[in-house]
Amino acid sequence: MKTILEEKALPDYSVSEDNKHQNPELQQEDWTLIIKPQSSLFDLQLAEVWRYRDLMLLFVRRDFVTFYKQTILGPLWFFLQPILTTVIFTFVFGRVANLSTDGIPHVVFYLSGIVLWNYFAECVNKTSGTFTQNANLFGKVYFPRIVLPLSIVVSNLLRLGVQLLLFVGVWVYFFAKGAQITINAYALLFPVLILIMAALGLGLGMIISSLTTKYRDLTFLITFGVQLAMYASPVIYPISSLDGDIRMLILANPMSAIIETFRYGFLGEGTFSWALLGYSAGFSLVALYLGTLIFNKVQRSFMDTV
Amino acid sequence: MSDIAIKVEQLSKRYRLGVVGTGTLSHDLNRWWYQLRGKEDPNLSIDDSHKHIAGNQYVWALQDVDLEIRKGEVLGIIGRNGAGKSTFLKLLSRVTSPTSGIIKIHGRISSLLEVGTGFQPELTGRENIFLNGAILGMSRAEIRKKFDEIVAFSGISQFIDTPVKRYSSGMWVRLAFAVAAHLEADILIVDEVLAVGDAEFQKKAIGKMQNIVCNSPKTVLFVSHDMSAVRALCTSSVLLNGGRIEMQSSVDAVIARYLTAGISEGRQVSWNENNAPLGDGIRLHSLRIEDSQGTVSGSLSNTSNLIIRISYTLHQPIPNLRLVLSVISARGVEVLTSTSHAAGSADYHTTGKFEASCCIPGKLLNIGHYLLRLRVDVPTEQVIVPSFEALQFRISELDFHQYGRIVPGEPSGLIHIDAPWVVQKKQES
Repeated sequence: MKTILEEKALPDYSVSEDNKHQNPELQQEDWTLIIKPQSSLFDLQLAEVWRYRDLMLLFVRRDFVTFYKQTILGPLWFFLQPILTTVIFTFVFGRVANLSTDGIPHVVFYLSGIVLWNYFAECVNKTSGTFTQNANLFGKVYFPRIVLPLSIVVSNLLRLGVQLLLFVGVWVYFFAKGAQITINAYALLFPVLILIMAALGLGLGMIISSLTTKYRDLTFLITFGVQLAMYASPVIYPISSLDGDIRMLILANPMSAIIETFRYGFLGEGTFSWALLGYSAGFSLVALYLGTLIFNKVQRSFMDTV
Repeated sequence: MSDIAIKVEQLSKRYRLGVVGTGTLSHDLNRWWYQLRGKEDPNLSIDDSHKHIAGNQYVWALQDVDLEIRKGEVLGIIGRNGAGKSTFLKLLSRVTSPTSGIIKIHGRISSLLEVGTGFQPELTGRENIFLNGAILGMSRAEIRKKFDEIVAFSGISQFIDTPVKRYSSGMWVRLAFAVAAHLEADILIVDEVLAVGDAEFQKKAIGKMQNIVCNSPKTVLFVSHDMSAVRALCTSSVLLNGGRIEMQSSVDAVIARYLTAGISEGRQVSWNENNAPLGDGIRLHSLRIEDSQGTVSGSLSNTSNLIIRISYTLHQPIPNLRLVLSVISARGVEVLTSTSHAAGSADYHTTGKFEASCCIPGKLLNIGHYLLRLRVDVPTEQVIVPSFEALQFRISELDFHQYGRIVPGEPSGLIHIDAPWVVQKKQES
């Protein structure tokens, strides 16, 4: 196989995707696409992902439509799930266990935590099945695999939007009733919170989905693990009710700062610090970066191992 | 240069057999580290990639394929199952990546591989047209432009707003093919899609394919086992065999080779410089099947011993060299495998000319067609000559059978051996 050596001597044309007309030297061999055994891991081909944006939107639409196909209540399910969870939490943790909610009405307190946590959990759970659940499709046709996890994050964003309407409704109701909730300037951080959560969910989900191609146990672990992780984040209790090591442990959870910041902005109570939020943002970016790298690596070879 | 649509250079694809993962974490990490830096996989050596790889763990689905496909060419890719056709298409459509080699493509490539993948049962036909089109690489604007054409071609316009889960399989296929056939691509990969649907639809599909081929400067790669479709559509053809290109020529010539001379039928085959199976340090000369009388012509009886003689020359000593012979039934079942290590002492590994012979006793194989497959390797170290079907022979004379006086057309079963019977009346007690 002496030719492998010769190939190495060839100039690298892999840049020719879009700028083929700009470089006159490439006119001789202006290939649209070069398929090679290994390109560098850091070659993320974002331009290609952009060309498939329509596919991403159609996947979002598919997720949204198939969610309530053949159900009686249809899109109402988007509301029912957080409502029922809130009712149960209010009863179990509020009434029976009598956990503190920083003086915020129970319903608003739990609902805010649940809506945010659901978004994160759904992103991780759904994304983590990318490879195993789509093996059939991936085995037959090529498109940038990352389109699927991206579409999951976006379609969950829609869901989050719908559930936030519910939250706003409940918020207005309690505000009108004169409950102690005040919105303040920190509520403007909301889009940032969403970005951090999306990055975190996407990053972790991609890492897990890549690992599940080899180790299937993770699939079981993750649904269970995400469920448990909710108790390690301030969904049912405020950070202010904790102290010592436990407080540090819970704060190490990158979701903690997000939920607390949200409550601080919209309800006026909560633990907020730029450092904590910065930690969450940093954690998410690292997870997203690692996730993208691993995902990108696995997508090349996974059809041979699945 | 510019009229080349696809240029394939030294393309190889290796699959690893067995369980992936356990016990190879260091191997994985090592490879990962090299890939991270965009370097050559250290587990692939440059001079001879399969030299350092344990013999049975890896299989080469494609090996050193060089191919140039000109724009507008309609290339038929034929070959038996396992010849590497699907692997080749998968590499081209980027479903999996090559082990070594390079593919350069000019223009947009789309595949019409196994239609219907990515259909969402819950969505309507209309929604699925958009989704499927996007999966195949079209933008929404492009699909919208072609939408009416797609619906008209599929012939299911009255069901377009019904969820596809309620479609019959025929309707499903029509819709899927309609989407795929209207792809906006410069290069189209077509794999066996015409083998679906009813006869009328097939005629329509072939017509549409011919339309695509004639009316636009599209390059098409067409894989089919249906030789009449290949003849109808293709302008040139390639025959793949055992992961290599066996022949690239006009359609008729390649089809003739595929159907008749894919494996030489007869009792002997000899190879010259050009067509000898490739292997390092070994040159195979001939292989023949002698009957009990030592002849290689005439019909074979199911009572005759089959003496398989392989002559070869070693250009270098190969310790532990092993010849592996397998007999495969016409239906592809491996009837038996035997290796030259059964000869005992492995003294035959020095340089020189050799003849190995193996006797398959009579009253074993049933009558019928068989393939003789040969492989040369060093166990657990190296595959020297990968498996290939050396020849096809036929046992035609039924001189022994266990059916008593009534002569059946053909004893059933894979083998027909002399299995002694004893029938006794039981003493009543």
